[in-house]
Amino acid sequence: MNFDFTEEQLMIRQAARDFAKKLEADVIERDTNGIYPSHHIREMSELGFMGMLVDPKYGGGGMDNISYVLALEEIAKMDAATAVIMAVHNSLPCYGIETYGTQEQKDKFLPSLVSGEKIGAFLLSEPEAGSDASRQKTLAEDKGDYYLVNGTKNWITSASTGSIYILFAQTNPEKGHEGINALIVEKDTPGISIGPHEDKMGLRSSDTHSVMFTDVKVPKENRIGADGFGFKFAMKLLEGGRIGIAAQALGIAVGAYERSLQYSKERKAFGKVISLHQAIAFKLADMAVKIENARNLVLKAAWLKDNKKPYGLASAMAKQYAADIAMEVTTEAVQIHGGYGYVKEYHVERLMREAKITQIYEGTSEVQKIVISRSILRD
Amino acid sequence: MKILICISNVPDTTTKIKLTGDNKAVDLANVQWIINPWDELALTRALELKENTANAIDKVTVITVGNAGAEPTIRKALAIGADNAIRVNTDPKDAWLVATQIANAVKSENFDIILCGIESSDYNGSAMGGMLSEMLDLPSVSSVSKIEIEGAKVKVNREIAGGFETVEPSLPFVAIVQKGIAKEPRIPSMRGIMMARQKPLTVLEPVAADALTGFVNYEPPMPKAACKMVDADNVAQLVDLLHHEAKII
Repeated sequence: MNFDFTEEQLMIRQAARDFAKKLEADVIERDTNGIYPSHHIREMSELGFMGMLVDPKYGGGGMDNISYVLALEEIAKMDAATAVIMAVHNSLPCYGIETYGTQEQKDKFLPSLVSGEKIGAFLLSEPEAGSDASRQKTLAEDKGDYYLVNGTKNWITSASTGSIYILFAQTNPEKGHEGINALIVEKDTPGISIGPHEDKMGLRSSDTHSVMFTDVKVPKENRIGADGFGFKFAMKLLEGGRIGIAAQALGIAVGAYERSLQYSKERKAFGKVISLHQAIAFKLADMAVKIENARNLVLKAAWLKDNKKPYGLASAMAKQYAADIAMEVTTEAVQIHGGYGYVKEYHVERLMREAKITQIYEGTSEVQKIVISRSILRD
Repeated sequence: MKILICISNVPDTTTKIKLTGDNKAVDLANVQWIINPWDELALTRALELKENTANAIDKVTVITVGNAGAEPTIRKALAIGADNAIRVNTDPKDAWLVATQIANAVKSENFDIILCGIESSDYNGSAMGGMLSEMLDLPSVSSVSKIEIEGAKVKVNREIAGGFETVEPSLPFVAIVQKGIAKEPRIPSMRGIMMARQKPLTVLEPVAADALTGFVNYEPPMPKAACKMVDADNVAQLVDLLHHEAKII
């Protein structure tokens, strides 16, 4: 066993921490007004955070998953909306194309994704297919040398700012989930229209939209894997994606905890700082234990992935636990802050709003428990 | 041209300072180490000069005096963009010892510009840069807040009472730089961190030299006393408190 980070991993964490300080300056304004963090994403691209896992031969950072989760935690600590843009981009389109794409697809799409010139999006959810992702209603009819796509996708992160979509659609409905294909679609393809900006509870600075496809022609060479590989591909990607979202949830919890720790040492009530009241000290202790557990789960899942060992169970555990404790820790953070926690200036109300989505997307906490229970009952 | 930046490995500026039991040293356990902020700005400016002046700068080198524990700090300088690094393997006990080691390490390297931060954020001695220029028998310019390269000439601005003066030193020279030399320190990129592994880091053994100063004792500052508010109309009470309680009049 070795719990030490390498010098490089520590340097990456520090780089992310230094960068994240810049996010804090305008995070409240962006959250309030739903402003996309364009200039921050540009700087993150220059620093290499937008393709950090990809092989350097495509321009990527070639970093390991431990470094990735350390960086995501630091960024989510300050701004979970910017973190989700980074997590989706790295974990899904970048990793998906690099791991399962053809050489032509890698050469064509990876360099512009890795440089951040183009942002990637993952189009799986539909109005009637969320947790039950196998019920895809979007159709990709096989027309010989292209697919003709019709349908609607929902809740798509980076739908309007992104320009390379990983789209899931049904080609052979009679085959059920084995009829689903994954296609790389460029957003400027005729027939694609973007729905209005979703007015969300949290992550308000990331852009989330529905996307409509009307007779969109996608060349056959843009399909990832063999015919019918789409659903399996989605599940594979989400296994890894969950590590990223778990790291994001962890970052949200840590952000709320660190702010609570500081506040409790400054705020006085009944003649002493509130950290000296056991009611508050015990809350802080509970937060610290939960965060430590979540961090260990996240790092273990990342370590398994780095070491090419099965990580599906570990990533589901990390995602479910980190998301659930993010909700608990942020709720307690608001409680520790009292009235100040209920106003924007102290950040914890935003972190509480941001925590909620981590229990919903990339597989709800309930879906994670299906994955976990099936795995432990099978073994 | 070749630029050298002298890097000091210092505790993070947010470190909560604790002393050892006998108050003779700072307890360095669990301290996070960083590049001295002034040195980091100097490095940033050197890299800007290299990028912005076509081929004027051939090489940006960083040097530190420190034991192996200083390597993450010097490697961060490589990740930020320095071309190579030198570490003189000894404990940086005082400014004289550091300046002696650096002078010895670089005397035959023919650097054109040597940049030193105006002070290090740990002991704030402000002595090393001046000592180094003297030992190398080079001109030095202090309090430099701007440095530009114009052809073969280097122009520096230094802050003086009420304004700035522009100085054109002959090369080589030592510039002791302060805030303003660069806007903000650079964050190393993923590519930079990856490439830092391959950049040369030379470890030199120290020459025999003694520190000329040592620390006798440290004392934490007096804790701030509680503030007592006196009503503006009650001057008599104020005078009474100053006289009898604070005992300063």
